[in-house]
Amino acid sequence: MPDIERARDIVSRVKDPEIPVLTIADLGVLRDVAVEGRRLVVTITPTYSGCPAMKAMEDDIQSVLHAAGFHNVEVRTQLSPAWTTDWMEDRAKRKLEAYGIAPPRLVGSRGPIHCPQCRSTNTERISEFGSTACKALYRCVDCREPFDYFKCI
Amino acid sequence: MNRPALFEYTLRLGDDALINGQRLSEWCGHGPFLEEDIGVANTALDLIGRARLLLTYAGEVEGKGRDEDQLAFTRDEREWRNALITELPRGDFGFTTVRQFLLDAFNQQLYDRLRLSTDATLAGVAGRAAKECDYHLRHTSEWVLRLGDGTKESHDRAQRALDALWPYTAELFESDPVQEQMEAEGVAPSTASMQSAWLHTVEPVLRAAELQIPENTWPQTGGRQGMHSEHMGFLLAEMQFVQRAYPGQTW
Repeated sequence: MPDIERARDIVSRVKDPEIPVLTIADLGVLRDVAVEGRRLVVTITPTYSGCPAMKAMEDDIQSVLHAAGFHNVEVRTQLSPAWTTDWMEDRAKRKLEAYGIAPPRLVGSRGPIHCPQCRSTNTERISEFGSTACKALYRCVDCREPFDYFKCI
Repeated sequence: MNRPALFEYTLRLGDDALINGQRLSEWCGHGPFLEEDIGVANTALDLIGRARLLLTYAGEVEGKGRDEDQLAFTRDEREWRNALITELPRGDFGFTTVRQFLLDAFNQQLYDRLRLSTDATLAGVAGRAAKECDYHLRHTSEWVLRLGDGTKESHDRAQRALDALWPYTAELFESDPVQEQMEAEGVAPSTASMQSAWLHTVEPVLRAAELQIPENTWPQTGGRQGMHSEHMGFLLAEMQFVQRAYPGQTW
């Protein structure tokens, strides 16, 4: 019988390869760790349809579990309910901000985007599409630094 | 559940996404400026990701052991089910933008309704896709406005694009036995019900962009039955070449 708690702890620490301050648990990508017979089943939900990091996360889940002695592992993708940035906890949002990425607002909310460097709300959007599918490119008009905003979806 | 009809229907969705994504990705490195190069590439990525989910599911429904890669890289032209509008060459930036706007407005209607499909997998894909469609449509709507209500040159190019593309939009709303079967089973939303909603989205933007909707309503059609335009062969040759040259290879 696989030790499910130990597996869950290990898998929860797998990082987003693009944003290494966040784990898949922080992102809300990790949905479940369960046992089916003798098999360990890790269920994840994709962020964006074409997100290339999902494959890397899946491979990382397999390799950390194998390294910890779990050899009968299935990574399952669950599409419903669809992933939303609202699943990201406040603790994760603070980590993002410290890393220099403006965290997502709650879906449906309005309000300014703070510059992660100087906290000013005098910011403007340069492009809806930033360095990755999940981010938009912003600029702070006060301190003149550009920054990524993690789009709310 | 009628499996052959479900396979055909899922293929239509997946092929639309893949061929549209393939044409958009041709802009990678050729965008008018960096932010737009990235914007178009990101949209292409969303579409190709959607195609992967749909073609994988289509292969499972077909039940002959074909996976997403085999469906994408080994089918000949007559087996493809994408609407003709997706396979037209990318043209200039005006053409790509107007085409994408028309498709984004369609996809937003389609995937919004598809979330209620009786097929759980399609409903799941639609839940993901519907959110991305909102971003895509916002992006292309802004660009249609900029180009249409821009300089004389941008306006002329956008109008020429709309004139060329309009006849290809009819195919998006046409019906046939496969579509009817899927509607009857509650898998697919009714295409007829989508056309007026689509026009409702598209017309105000075109009007604000000072673009005239063409009067030519002759429908270009055939893609759903595998009868493709002269452009499809070249697209497939480019897209499939590596896998065809080294069959079964992975890397």
